[in-house]
Amino acid sequence: MLNPSLKLNQKLFDKDVESKPTRAGFGTGLLSLGDTNPNVVGMAADLTESTHAHLFAEKYPERFFQDGIGEQNMAAIAAGLAVSGKIAFISSYATFSPGKNWETIRTTCIYNHVNVKIAGHHAGIMTGPDGATHQATEDIAITRCWPGIEVYVPCDAIEAHKATVASATTDGPVYLRYTRDKTPLITTEETPFETGKMYDYWITDNPQATIFATGYMLHYALVAAKELEEEGFPVLVINVATIKPLDEEGILRFTGHTKAIVTVEDHQVMGGMGSAIAEFLAKTNPLPMEFIGLQNTFAESGTPKELVAKYQMDVQNIKSAVKKAIKRKV
Amino acid sequence: MDDLTESKLTELELKANEARELLMSTLLEAGSGHSAGPLDMADIFTAFYFHILKHDPKNPDWADRDRLVLSNGHICPIRYVSMAQAGYFPIEELKTLRKINSRLQGHPHRTALPGLETTSGPLGEGLSQGIGIALAAKMDKKNHYTYVLTGDGELNEGNIWEALMFAGKNKLNNIIAVIDRNNIQIDGFTENVMPLEPLRAKLEAFNWHVLEVDGHNIRQFVDAIGQAHAIYEKPTIIIAHTIAGKGVDFMEKDFHWHGKPPNSEEAKKALDELRTLQGRIVSEHQA
Repeated sequence: MLNPSLKLNQKLFDKDVESKPTRAGFGTGLLSLGDTNPNVVGMAADLTESTHAHLFAEKYPERFFQDGIGEQNMAAIAAGLAVSGKIAFISSYATFSPGKNWETIRTTCIYNHVNVKIAGHHAGIMTGPDGATHQATEDIAITRCWPGIEVYVPCDAIEAHKATVASATTDGPVYLRYTRDKTPLITTEETPFETGKMYDYWITDNPQATIFATGYMLHYALVAAKELEEEGFPVLVINVATIKPLDEEGILRFTGHTKAIVTVEDHQVMGGMGSAIAEFLAKTNPLPMEFIGLQNTFAESGTPKELVAKYQMDVQNIKSAVKKAIKRKV
Repeated sequence: MDDLTESKLTELELKANEARELLMSTLLEAGSGHSAGPLDMADIFTAFYFHILKHDPKNPDWADRDRLVLSNGHICPIRYVSMAQAGYFPIEELKTLRKINSRLQGHPHRTALPGLETTSGPLGEGLSQGIGIALAAKMDKKNHYTYVLTGDGELNEGNIWEALMFAGKNKLNNIIAVIDRNNIQIDGFTENVMPLEPLRAKLEAFNWHVLEVDGHNIRQFVDAIGQAHAIYEKPTIIIAHTIAGKGVDFMEKDFHWHGKPPNSEEAKKALDELRTLQGRIVSEHQA
């Protein structure tokens, strides 16, 4: 059942569940930071409205800088603002930032260790019809390997708002990952959120496996868990909203009993959230793991629903992976 | 900025020569690093640290200091030399350049050494960082200047032109950029590798006020900075024409010296030259 102590959206399994894109949570989060912190500045590279940075830009034009289509320039200007005491949010599509400007960010923001918050939008195959050029599916891998950065992947628009606000109080660079399409609201305003912490969203007596899910795919994982329970395979579902720093204590606690794992993410399985958990468990407590995500392939144009099915990341695939992981237990 | 008197000018010229000497011994000790760029920027760094900059070596984080951003980080040995001469750290510490546990990284790292404004090395990023610093100064109503030094080969990087567009658009009059126009880069002469000319016209087309000076004439350079301070409606960029490897005859104008240090024989020869002002003074040093 849904963990009652987390005050989740009780309608999340309904057909008409309220849906919003996580980028909307970035927009309202940045706006509220503008209201409360005069050091917060924003930048966009010709994608102001698409990334919902326009809410901040319109209210605080003196603290917003339109950079045109130049993501390297945006990142390095933000680094300059940040060495001067500003908390700089840069907003673009994740394939361009931190994709195209990766080394610029590495040198000027990460190694330099400054308060630049990189908002990467249109992440994952959820970007849909735009095609693989615009579907960032490597961004977790290329950011979490940077020393000194934190990486947050919110599961819905409400958590996206909270993660955005929280990033401003993190000392140093943060990567924030958002998606384009509307996705179901899983949490409520009352749901607890703390960076660096995993939460058990689906709990059960005597679970046989643990599903770790990040981003909107958490919803698929919860649907899978509900169906699996009815089929006699009770599982835990954990929301991994912070991929770095990894909640190692949480991983041990949530797998100590189940001893089988499935990770679920809209990202290449290489280098993503599942890899992060595997890296940790390999040296502490190796367990059978299955990885849901893109399997060493680019996706293509299509609706998110079609893509999730074609690339085997759907509820059925998660359920099969759980059963496989359980079977692999010694 | 104070007026540059004749006696101060002489003092700066001697300081620049001393900087070149320190540079040769520092590079020899390091065993790797770049020679040509640091040599040709010795006069300009001397002008900055001993005449132009509003700064306090004992208080490197002073909020109202002028910012000197080095975009072409590979010429950092000359910056380290100038900083040591100015009192940011002991001259002796120059011997640690590029060595383990040193604050003097092979390419400059802001959090390693107080007094560096940015981390740099990968080219094309310094002008943008300088713009960010200049924007923050405007927001905070600070009057200091942000000076950005770039190489000329570095202008091959697209990021530079993104930054030029941005500063031109925003009429940032508190940023002054200086291009070390020494005409060389690793693979050869700039006009063969990727032609930059007509450089002045390109920069003007990007809405910058452009000045050109002899980068080895300290008075000309200081005058240009003074002119730049008087330009309010645009950012200013100074093309400083320099001779790669300036001051050491066998290194001058030779792109092979871009990325290598002298060996001990070459360093001795270089120091002899520097100590005699390229043979113009016969002194005990040659004995």
